[in-house]
Amino acid sequence: MNMSNTSNTGAQGFQLSQLLYDTRYRSMTIQIVALILILLAFGWLINNTVVNLANLGKEIQFKFLGEPAGYDINQRLLEYNSQDSHLRAGFIGLLNTLILAFLGCVTATVLGVFIGVLRLSKNWLVARVMTAYIEIFRNVPVLLWIIVIFSIMIEVMSPPSAFKKGEASMLFNESVAITNRGVYIPEALFSRSLGDISLFGNSSLRFDVSMDLMALLVVLFAGIYAAMRVKRRADKIQSETGERPTTWWQRLALIFVPAAILLTVLGFHLGYPELKGFNFKGGTYMRNSLIALWLALSLYTAAFIAENVRAGIQAVSKGQSEAAFALGISPGRTMNLVILPQALRIIIPPLISQYLNLTKNTSLAIAVGYMDLTGTLMGITLNQTGREMETLLMGMAVYLTISLLISGVMNWYNNSVKLVER
Amino acid sequence: MENLSFVRTDMVPQKAPPASEVGMIGWMRTNLFSSVGNSILTILSLYCIYLVIAAVLPWAISPTWGASSLTECRGVLHELGREGHFSGACWGVIRERWAQLLFGFYPSELYFRPVLAFIGLGVALAPVLFDGAPKKLLWFTAIFPFLCFWLIWGGSIWLPISIILGFVLAVVAYGVIAKATSTLFGVIAAILTPIIWWLFLALPFASALNSILPIGIQSVDSDIIGGFMLAVLIGLTGIILSLPIGIVLALGRQSDLPIVKGVCVAFIEFIRGVPLITLLFVASTLLNYFMPPGTSFDLILRVMIMVTVFASAYMAEVIRGGLAALPKGQYEAADSLGLDFWQAQRLIIMPQALKISIPGIVSTFIGLFKDTTLVGIVGLYDPLLLSTNIRADQAWNGILWELYGFIAVIFFIFCFSMSRYSMYLERKLATGH
Repeated sequence: MNMSNTSNTGAQGFQLSQLLYDTRYRSMTIQIVALILILLAFGWLINNTVVNLANLGKEIQFKFLGEPAGYDINQRLLEYNSQDSHLRAGFIGLLNTLILAFLGCVTATVLGVFIGVLRLSKNWLVARVMTAYIEIFRNVPVLLWIIVIFSIMIEVMSPPSAFKKGEASMLFNESVAITNRGVYIPEALFSRSLGDISLFGNSSLRFDVSMDLMALLVVLFAGIYAAMRVKRRADKIQSETGERPTTWWQRLALIFVPAAILLTVLGFHLGYPELKGFNFKGGTYMRNSLIALWLALSLYTAAFIAENVRAGIQAVSKGQSEAAFALGISPGRTMNLVILPQALRIIIPPLISQYLNLTKNTSLAIAVGYMDLTGTLMGITLNQTGREMETLLMGMAVYLTISLLISGVMNWYNNSVKLVER
Repeated sequence: MENLSFVRTDMVPQKAPPASEVGMIGWMRTNLFSSVGNSILTILSLYCIYLVIAAVLPWAISPTWGASSLTECRGVLHELGREGHFSGACWGVIRERWAQLLFGFYPSELYFRPVLAFIGLGVALAPVLFDGAPKKLLWFTAIFPFLCFWLIWGGSIWLPISIILGFVLAVVAYGVIAKATSTLFGVIAAILTPIIWWLFLALPFASALNSILPIGIQSVDSDIIGGFMLAVLIGLTGIILSLPIGIVLALGRQSDLPIVKGVCVAFIEFIRGVPLITLLFVASTLLNYFMPPGTSFDLILRVMIMVTVFASAYMAEVIRGGLAALPKGQYEAADSLGLDFWQAQRLIIMPQALKISIPGIVSTFIGLFKDTTLVGIVGLYDPLLLSTNIRADQAWNGILWELYGFIAVIFFIFCFSMSRYSMYLERKLATGH
């Protein structure tokens, strides 16, 4: 079959038929033919598009991004009004997408780990209940869950007027109000605030960074770093002398005491939502669409994460924990030092691809009117300007960037924990 | 002296185990109350189950099957002394509108056609899914997709026949050309002939035959097709087409040819990197721009194309996982037997790689079927959009949970049975020890 590889073709010189029958050249031929076909197909599609758009008088250009958007965005992180540009609206939408994805990933992980561990419980009833949860949430479309939870928010929760009449009351010592319009929670206020820094001047991407938050993050990270140094020192002492100094309270203090001092210095206090007129004022307002999406995406993704966690724990062979017990390692340290490092290697890649799925599923926000990237740039902006090609290309590029970033992190992690083989 | 030694010569009858270790009580002690923590967990879960049942059961048991409007439901419940918003379900809406949730706005006198198609689906799937079914049925499976589309959309029978003819031509062209020249030219001919046939000759051929011998059934417009019929149609098309395309893409991604590999990687990563909803927007707004000026084709068809493209990229990654999991020895064994690339793939690599990836393949199918609910966002009447539509009716304004419950239960039945089937298939094909 591969005779041409060994036979001496050099004597007869190059023949055209070798392009097809000689394995040395055939792969080249196939590739060049494939490349030509693909380029032809692309050229054909692009040509069609250009002709079609020219016929409609809609040549591709991005000037519309600078025009005033003219629509309001009801849930937003930065200041925005309807006179701002379409680009600004898209940016606000992107931030909304990112908040939702972040909140969803955090809660889905916590819930998913909890449910996955409980599913392996020796308690027959608990294991069955968790299996039922997983099967119910995995086998019904996430869009249905979003709409169902959104409807529950609207139908079951009391309107603000009920709070006025005393039919409903706020939770947690008058600090959280759950109404059919959304949830009001206390906001963080600083009486001796460091102020904000405005980035990007007056452009569409202008961004205010709270210096209080930055200072808090810096102090927290410094504390965590110091705590890690203390832990490393304890490890070193343990490996030299066999005695491990007790450090947990030092580490906790290093992380939390400086942060607490900073908060006191800045005059940290909570601003509570209050009922004024027909609605609540003050506090942080999370619309019911945000809450519904957050809950639905977390509950749905948690079912998948739970299955990954269960598979990861079950994949660590029983001999590993038995060996650890035989060495006299306590159950807690067996979990930390033997089981978890091996299970995490299996759990984390599918976990990150669940994060990816959750992030992409945030685009379903359009079904309940939460203004994310799909709702602003690919929704209202598209309808108002009629620029399908440009808006969709931009939106897809943004989603693609987010996805590639997340999978880049996954590849980096995979390489760093990969078993080193011969 | 008396001999005190004692030798037992018969067995002592076995004692029954203590009552606390066997039967119901023993089982509960080991499985539910083995420790304080476990007991607390058990009681907590019992309480949760009680909460769910106490909320759902009294609501669901409600004698409103015959009601024809929400007000009538409320009246029936009022006579029973049940007041309030959540006093009882109004099942009348399901009795009155179940057909709409299943078939969309399909004309009711033609319901027999989708029902026939659904029965045909069962017959066509039987030889694929179960060993017991007669293998001759596979011929029916092969023509079923065309039959199904013809039954649902109606129109002249010559169109599906002329499309099938394209496949027949491909086989004939391969046979003739491969015998005359070589396999490679045979394959090229087998790809080109049907494409030329479908692009230029199939439609005139069908209309010519139709004018000579008009056989057909009443044709149905796309925009009235909806409900679970639409979900199954889109899901099934995606499932049938994404598997072969996914295999080709996975092989392309594994290939040594840099250009082929690059194209496959770019395609897969692009499709997997964007949400399905953006691809559906492309289907509804942009796909017509990509075609020659003046072409315009059906929205359902466009959505099917995009859903298939989307599922293929995921399928490719699942199959690539299966290919990567195969030990290298399998490839080397195939080489040492002297099999060429396609023989090795067909006889050795693919059967094993596909077997390894069954769980992934089926969960992609399930995901695809669930994702069909998204087509409502671009205006196709999927079950969720239909439920909004039913609420727009004066009589049913305010009905929510009954419709959502019905839709959720049907999706659950479809998806759950798919996942159970995949477990059965894994057990059946398991050859390990």
